[in-house]
Amino acid sequence: MSITSAATEPVSPNPARSASDANRSATEAGRKARRRRLYLLWAARLAFAVFVIGGWQLFTSLKIVDPFFYGQPSGIWKRTLDLFEHGTEFGSFWTDIFTTLKEAVFGFGLGAAAGIVLGLALGQNRFLSEVLGPYIKIVNAIPRIVLGAIFVVAFGIGITPKVLLSAVLVFFVVFFNAFQGVREVDRNILANVKVLGASQLQVIRHVTLPSALTWIIASLHTAFGFAIVGALVGEVLGAEHGVGLVIKTAQGNLDPDGVFAGMLVISVITLIAEFVLTFVERRLLSWRPPSPSEAVAI
Amino acid sequence: MASRNQLANRPAAGAFDSDASRIEVTGLTKRFLTPKGEAFTALRDVTFTVEPGQFCAVVGPTGCGKSTTLSMVSGLDKPSEGSVKVGGHEVTGITEGISFMFQQDALLPWKTVVGNVEMGPVFRGLGKREARELARDWLRRVGLAGFEDHHPHQLSGGMRKRVGMAAALINEPQILLMDEPFGALDVQTKAIMQTELLGLWEQLRPSVLFITHDLDEAVALADRVVVMTSGPGSVKAVYDVDLPRPRGPVQEIRYEPRFLEIQHQIWASLREEVERAYARTAGVNA
Repeated sequence: MSITSAATEPVSPNPARSASDANRSATEAGRKARRRRLYLLWAARLAFAVFVIGGWQLFTSLKIVDPFFYGQPSGIWKRTLDLFEHGTEFGSFWTDIFTTLKEAVFGFGLGAAAGIVLGLALGQNRFLSEVLGPYIKIVNAIPRIVLGAIFVVAFGIGITPKVLLSAVLVFFVVFFNAFQGVREVDRNILANVKVLGASQLQVIRHVTLPSALTWIIASLHTAFGFAIVGALVGEVLGAEHGVGLVIKTAQGNLDPDGVFAGMLVISVITLIAEFVLTFVERRLLSWRPPSPSEAVAI
Repeated sequence: MASRNQLANRPAAGAFDSDASRIEVTGLTKRFLTPKGEAFTALRDVTFTVEPGQFCAVVGPTGCGKSTTLSMVSGLDKPSEGSVKVGGHEVTGITEGISFMFQQDALLPWKTVVGNVEMGPVFRGLGKREARELARDWLRRVGLAGFEDHHPHQLSGGMRKRVGMAAALINEPQILLMDEPFGALDVQTKAIMQTELLGLWEQLRPSVLFITHDLDEAVALADRVVVMTSGPGSVKAVYDVDLPRPRGPVQEIRYEPRFLEIQHQIWASLREEVERAYARTAGVNA
C-alpha cells in the first residue's frame, strides 16, 4: 500500500524562488557576450582589410612590387575620384555606369524569366525534359562567354548584344535551379493537394512555384554576378559607353589604377544588388524556419 | 469530455447510412518494375470491404503493401489487376470526396495554418472569404484557435497533426484514408490525437481506412481489423472489433478485458507475419 501511495503521490519540486532572477541575469550575460563577440568580429574584419590594403600600399610604395603593373590603393582611389569628377574621354562616368547597369538588369530580367519558365515547364514534364536534356547539357558545356563575339557582330555595338550575353549567362544558372526546385517538391504534399481536388494550375500556383522559389531565389544571387560579367565582357568586345569600355581603355593606356577603379565601382554595384536581393529573399521566404545557428548557446 | 460524448450520441451525419462511402477492394494485385527491370509483386489478390461509416484498420509487417493499397483507393495509383470500387463506382482518377492523412504531415510550409486548412474548400471552388471562415471554424474544432497565422514550423508535432486533421476533414469527406498518421508522435501525444480523431470521426462518420503498425491503436480505434501478410501482400484474416461506441479516451480502453481479448486474438495471427518479415530483412542484412 505504501508503495502505491508513494508511486501515485506527486512529488512537488523545490519552489524555484529565484528562477526569474536567474533568468534575467542569464539574459543580461548573454547579451553582453554577444555584444563583445560583435565588437571582436568587426575589429578583426577591419584588421584584415588594413593588412591587405595596407600591405599592398606599403609594398608598392617601397617598390618591392611594381605599381606600374599592379596599381596602388591610393592611386586607385585618386583615379576613381577623378573618373567621377572629370568623366572619361567619351563623356560622364555616370553614363557608363548607367549603361552597364541597364544592360545587366535587362539581361538579368530576361535570362531569369526565361530560366524560370523553362525550368518549371521541363521540371514538370518528364518526357520533354528527357528529350531536351542532352541538348541542354551540350549548350551548357559550350563556353558561352564567346557568344558575345557573335552577338557584337550580329547586333552592333549598342546595348542589345550585352543584354543578350547577360541573359544567356543568367539563363542557365536560373534554369538549372528552377528545374531542380520542381524536382524537389515533396511527394506527400503533391499527393495531398491532388486528393484535395487541386487542378493542374492550382498545383503549380500553390505547391510547385512556392516550393521551387527557394531554389530559384538562391540562384539569383549568383545570376546577378553573371549578368554583370556578361555586360562587362560585351562592352570590352565593343561598345560606345559602359564601365567595360572604361576598363578596356585604361588597359590600352597601361593604366592599372584605371582598371582597378572600374572593378571597384562594379563591385560596389554588385554588393548593392546583393543587398537588395537578400531583402527580397527575406520578404518572399519569410515562412522559412530560422536556421538553427541563429539561436546561440550562452 | 462530456460534450464530446453528447455529440457522439447524436444520430450520425448523412454519410453513415449512404452507400456512397462503401469501399470494396476486389482481387487487387499490384506489380512494380524494379530499377533492374524485373517485375515485383507488391500486392496479390487483396479483397476486403469497408462498410459505409466503418472504421477499418489495416495492420501488417513492414513492406506488405499497406500504403500501396491506400494509394489505389485514393486513385493516385492504378491497380495491375482487380478493382477498387467506392460507392459502387470503379476508381479511375482521383476519387471524389476523400481525404488523405500521411505520417509526415503534408502541410505546405510556406502557408500559414489557416492557409493550409482552407486549401480544400478553395480547390473545390468556394470563395476565399467563406473558405477562410470555414477554416477558422475547423481550427476552433481541433483546438487551435489563436494559431491561425502561425507557420507550420512554429507548431509542435501534435499541433501540426491537428492542422492536418482539420485540413483533411474540412471538406467533410465520405472517406478518410490515413497512412500511419500518428506514427511519428510520442506515446502521450499519440493517445490524445487518437481520442480526438475518434471524437471528430463520430461527428462526421466517414468511412475510414487506417493503416498502422500498432496493433493496440488498430483495436482501440477500429470496427474492423484487416491483417496482411508480407511479400507479396495479401489479406490473412479480417477481425471485427465489437467494443461498444462511443469508446471514450483511448488510454482507458486499453485496460478493458474485452480489448485485451481481441488484441491477443489478432496478435496471434499477426505475430507470425511480423516474425517472418523480420527474419527476412535480418537475413538480408546478415
